[in-house]
Amino acid sequence: MSDLIAAQPGNTGEVLSLDGVTVWLSGRTVLDDVSFSLHQGQLAGLIGSNGAGKTTILRVILGLQSVASGLVNIRPGFRPGKPGGIGYVPQKVVIGKDVPLRARDLVGLGLDGARAGFPFPSRAKRLAADQMLEAVGMTGFANARVGSLSGGELQRVLIAHSLVSKPSLLLLDEPLANLDIASEQDVVALLSRLCREQEIAVLVTAHDVNPLLSVMDRVIYVARGNVASGTTGEVIRQDVLSALYGHHVDVLRVHNRILVVAEAGLEPQSGDTERQFGAQGDSGAPGEAGSTGPDANG
Amino acid sequence: MAEHMLIPGLLALASPYPALSATPLGSSPVQTALLVGGAVAVASAMVGLFTVVRGQSFAGHALGDVGTAGGSVSYLFGLDVLVGFVGIALITAALMDLFGIDREEGRDVATGGVLGSMLGVGALLLYLDSTLPGSSGSAMVILFGSLFSIPGAAVPFAIMLSLLVAGGVGLLFRPLLLDSVNSDLARASGIRRRVVGRMYLLLLALGIALSSLTIGAILSTALLVGPAAAAAVLFRRPLHAFLAAVAVSVLSVWAGIFLSYYSYYWPPYGHGWPVSFFVVAIIFATYLGARGYCQTLGRRTGSIPGPLPTLDRGPL
Ligand SMILES: Nc1ncnc2c1ncn2[C@@H]1O[C@H](COP(=O)(O)OP(=O)(O)OP(=O)(O)O)[C@@H](O)[C@H]1O
Ligand SMILES: [Mg+2]
Repeated sequence: MSDLIAAQPGNTGEVLSLDGVTVWLSGRTVLDDVSFSLHQGQLAGLIGSNGAGKTTILRVILGLQSVASGLVNIRPGFRPGKPGGIGYVPQKVVIGKDVPLRARDLVGLGLDGARAGFPFPSRAKRLAADQMLEAVGMTGFANARVGSLSGGELQRVLIAHSLVSKPSLLLLDEPLANLDIASEQDVVALLSRLCREQEIAVLVTAHDVNPLLSVMDRVIYVARGNVASGTTGEVIRQDVLSALYGHHVDVLRVHNRILVVAEAGLEPQSGDTERQFGAQGDSGAPGEAGSTGPDANG
Repeated sequence: MAEHMLIPGLLALASPYPALSATPLGSSPVQTALLVGGAVAVASAMVGLFTVVRGQSFAGHALGDVGTAGGSVSYLFGLDVLVGFVGIALITAALMDLFGIDREEGRDVATGGVLGSMLGVGALLLYLDSTLPGSSGSAMVILFGSLFSIPGAAVPFAIMLSLLVAGGVGLLFRPLLLDSVNSDLARASGIRRRVVGRMYLLLLALGIALSSLTIGAILSTALLVGPAAAAAVLFRRPLHAFLAAVAVSVLSVWAGIFLSYYSYYWPPYGHGWPVSFFVVAIIFATYLGARGYCQTLGRRTGSIPGPLPTLDRGPL
């Protein structure tokens, strides 16, 4: 498995850095002076609630979103779609049921989709695609239409699509959003393995920090277009997050899970946002959200 | 039997050609129709496959509808009808691009807005055409096609244009496929999707103009997307779907030409049925057949042989 993704031998150090990046969209400041960096072989979580600016950060890195000010430094030679380049799995991909494309074809397009001409079959391409599908546990779906896959299955095929060109930097936008808990753990383990074995730098966005807690080297917390980055110990603290959000938040550790909660009416920031909001109508007790913990750890 | 009575369909209305033979293959207008119709069928099926995958049938239909204006202008100025179709399709495509058809949101609004304004002009021009002396058949040709009355000088133009479109789609096939499946994935692969999107729109405009020549402006979308839609239902691989779309398209057009030729002997005697009717009917029947086949024999979305696969957790 270790030859799946080309390591960049002897090339340690910074893969990516954002320096004071500010983005305006329709007159709104969506990102405000965002700075962080990512090193080879690191797995970083880009954590924030809905609308915090996570997708925008990924789009800036990919060059799909222009910045009002600031610098994006990507290690030279990194170009999307090229070996040693950037792999990307978008947050939301909708593919029509009748689109004539199998999972294997979609993964193959990750290899040669930018080239001119017909997608003629080749042994090498098929092998590479099937190897990737195996790596994400989708061998049985190689011949299935992508439009017929479930959300989680498609997510895995898209990960295979983004990995097949052997990138050095992998950007995944909410890869865990569609997954059940077992699949969530599978994908987290896969990403962790890519980092360790292939020295790929991985940037994963999520609204919940918990599934990534055990594997993250760095966390980049996003709120209101601002970020706080560092190790989980440095960032997920009451003072840091309170400063980031601009109001008091509590950081609770329950059953190996982290809950970030705020007073009623203010923005709570952990992944249990929705559930906490739901519970607030009844009692508003933040502790109740902890009841979602045990099964998640099972 | 008078010689001209062998000429089927619209030829009786608009063509300067006499029929040369009692068998279709020996007739020069039929030969021309088979040649041009075949070339156009290949080109429009190739474009159509991507129109189907992109879900842009409406844009295709709009380009066809505004073709009525272009065709009418051709008649007013005594030009070849294909010149008008191509010209108006290119202008409309440029307008659509300007109004933001490339963005997924607002795509139909951009298309609809351009379509509405252009159709008004088309109606006026079509009316003016019908008042011109000696152009009694022009509206029929514009609306329902003119395969049997293509002037000899226009044949090379139509074939060259078809080859150009087919070549363009062939060249763009992979980037266009990825972009049509998901534009974010395309951009992340380094595909310049502004370029690809515009090239596609250009090819769509040309494909529709060619298709309008064959089966008329109003029905041109049917030839564009019909074969591709049927092929996409039947085949799961892009390359197979592509070949099937081309085959369905060419066979439908050729069958339509022969049926139209023979329909001259059907009631009402003395008036052949138009080619476009047969072509569209065959394509539609093929599409229904494909859907029915997949619903009864294959499962939902193209059969997966054997038992349903399960997620394989092993290697993770
Ligand atoms: N084109 C746009 N014009 C104006 N505002 C925009 C535009 N695109 C995004 N935004 C806003 O920018 C903010 C950040 O959006 P972004 O998609 O980055 O959030 P996110 O953190 O990815 O959220 P989610 O978890 O819901 O995916 C949101 O408030 C969004 O409404
Ligand atoms: Mg997002």
